[in-house]
Amino acid sequence: MSQNSLRLVWVYPDLLSTYGDQGNALVVERRARQRHLNVSRVDVRSDQPIPTSGDIYLIGGGEDRPQRLAAERLRRDGGINRAVSNGAIVFSVCAGYQILGHEFVNDLGQREQGLGLLDVISTRGEGERCVGDVLGDIDDRLGLPPLTGFENHQGVTHMGPTARPFARVRLGKGNGTGDGTEGAWNDTVFGTYMHGPVLARNPQIADLLLKLALDVNALPPVDDRWYEALRSERTAAATQTA
Amino acid sequence: MAGNTEPLPPRAKLAVTAGKAAAAVSRVAGRGSGSVIGGKVSLRLDPDLLARLARHLDVILVSATNGKTTTTRLIAEALRASGPVVSNALGANMPAGITSALAGGSDARYGVIEVDEKYLAGVARDTTPKAIALLNLSRDQLDRAAETRMLAEKWREGLAGTKATIIANADDPLIVWAASSSPNVVWVAAGQEWKDDAWSCPSCGGVLQRPGDDWGCADCGFRRPHATWALNGDYVLDPQGSAWPIHLQLPGRANKANAATSAAVAATFGVPPQVALERMYAVQAIAGRYDVVTFLDRQLRLLLAKNPAGWLETFSLIDPPPTPVILSVNARGADGTDTSWLWDVDYTRLAGHPIMVIGDRKLDLAVRLEVAGLDFRVCENTDEAVRMAPPGRIEVIANYTAFQDLRRRVGN
Ligand SMILES: [Zn+2]
Repeated sequence: MSQNSLRLVWVYPDLLSTYGDQGNALVVERRARQRHLNVSRVDVRSDQPIPTSGDIYLIGGGEDRPQRLAAERLRRDGGINRAVSNGAIVFSVCAGYQILGHEFVNDLGQREQGLGLLDVISTRGEGERCVGDVLGDIDDRLGLPPLTGFENHQGVTHMGPTARPFARVRLGKGNGTGDGTEGAWNDTVFGTYMHGPVLARNPQIADLLLKLALDVNALPPVDDRWYEALRSERTAAATQTA
Repeated sequence: MAGNTEPLPPRAKLAVTAGKAAAAVSRVAGRGSGSVIGGKVSLRLDPDLLARLARHLDVILVSATNGKTTTTRLIAEALRASGPVVSNALGANMPAGITSALAGGSDARYGVIEVDEKYLAGVARDTTPKAIALLNLSRDQLDRAAETRMLAEKWREGLAGTKATIIANADDPLIVWAASSSPNVVWVAAGQEWKDDAWSCPSCGGVLQRPGDDWGCADCGFRRPHATWALNGDYVLDPQGSAWPIHLQLPGRANKANAATSAAVAATFGVPPQVALERMYAVQAIAGRYDVVTFLDRQLRLLLAKNPAGWLETFSLIDPPPTPVILSVNARGADGTDTSWLWDVDYTRLAGHPIMVIGDRKLDLAVRLEVAGLDFRVCENTDEAVRMAPPGRIEVIANYTAFQDLRRRVGN
């Protein structure tokens, strides 16, 4: 990444932008601009090549058929894997999270190969859809405050031996495995089931992505008043409904 | 000629009577109009009642994500030129509410029925409609996960081989996919501002190319059909190429599109576009929507927007800055409990307006607007928000239950 400039890539808005996760790109972009970074955001449609020179790649949730189409096109393209080997940061949500794993179950009920960037395997849950506010604690190593989000999925995601859960849920289902894990991460690749969108609910995660991309330990503070008010309200709401 | 010439069989009569009695009890108990409970009682006594009631009518069904209540009203008004109409004008659009509405119209010739998207195929099977108007399909209530394309697919299967004339929007690829399995379709170029649910070809999954107003799939050839009716500015173009002016009390491009579709529907029943469009002028505020109410010496225009496509159409009809705007969002059951959709709405369109934010989920809106770089005020309630604005017009945009709260407060 060049000095004070940041290249943000929003992957496949035509397929994976159904649940408001575009908000994650808006939040990262906004918070980078508030730090006077020179940000360029590229929205890459699924008939266009994924640029490999991005700093942060964001992937959202989508419906079952678009998820399969996105996985097929991303595998064929290979750009995200190349970008990750160049050190890029990837943050993915729900259907996008499943695509980053080794495999998931597609809309035809078949096993679909993912990008293998996270050591996870996703299947479809037998029970009810997981829908509602979630409260959790993010992996200590990331040094972040509690996680708040909204989940809406039927997926069950199993951790492989090298995967680290992104968070442990206090309230909600997360990975749906019953062990309290939510999402997964390795050094530069993150996956979560949280919508909300998650970076609007947890701006500190957006800042973490910026810090990783900029390779800095701290960022100038910004006015987080409304984010903090929303976080308190949603945390209280999740606690009350539980 | 339809009309209730044949009497209903005794069981059906009993079911209608029992339904009306239950509705009356519900009204007395203060639980709203009672039409849904009445319909439920009737259908339990006679499961075929909807079909029996519909048999005596020329039935027109209307479905869409947005605009179905308004369009139902416009079509009903237009068809009254040709005969008495019964309609579920209050928007009770599932089978029980529809049954109840039809049971109240024993001398009608036409039944103009708004149908919830999820029930369209079933209601179409039960009521043997003469015409079905399909306006648009887009994301709505994300937590219920009714996938938009799957809905189009269900319509397509349910309407394949129907005898009804389908009047459908050629500018919405999902609507075209849903309608094009039917043998008899009248295409209307009604426009569709919201495009983000149809970048992917509904037929093959390819990427749709959308140059200008046209659209098509390079992979499978699925493309925009030729429309014989069109909305063109303030005019409806009919199949003969004549342009008919639209005069509505209802604001906005989307309502002009609804009028164009309604004129095409009316024409299939022999009502000329000029007559149909003139009659549509009579339609005013619908269940409070678009109503202008004086409250605390300001004139509040009440606008309902339930999903990203609806918000987009609403932004295009409000008065320009510096007209103040109040935004109210809830996330109760009827709204959908996930507020993530706020991030699919382009709020930068409100730049320059003073913005006040209220509703159960005002903090979600606050973060949304802060990230959009807009100035806004978060207020505790309607009164406080209204007082922030100088005397004059205020545009108030609210989602479903927020809109009901608002109407209660401002006495509309
Ligand atoms: Zn195609």
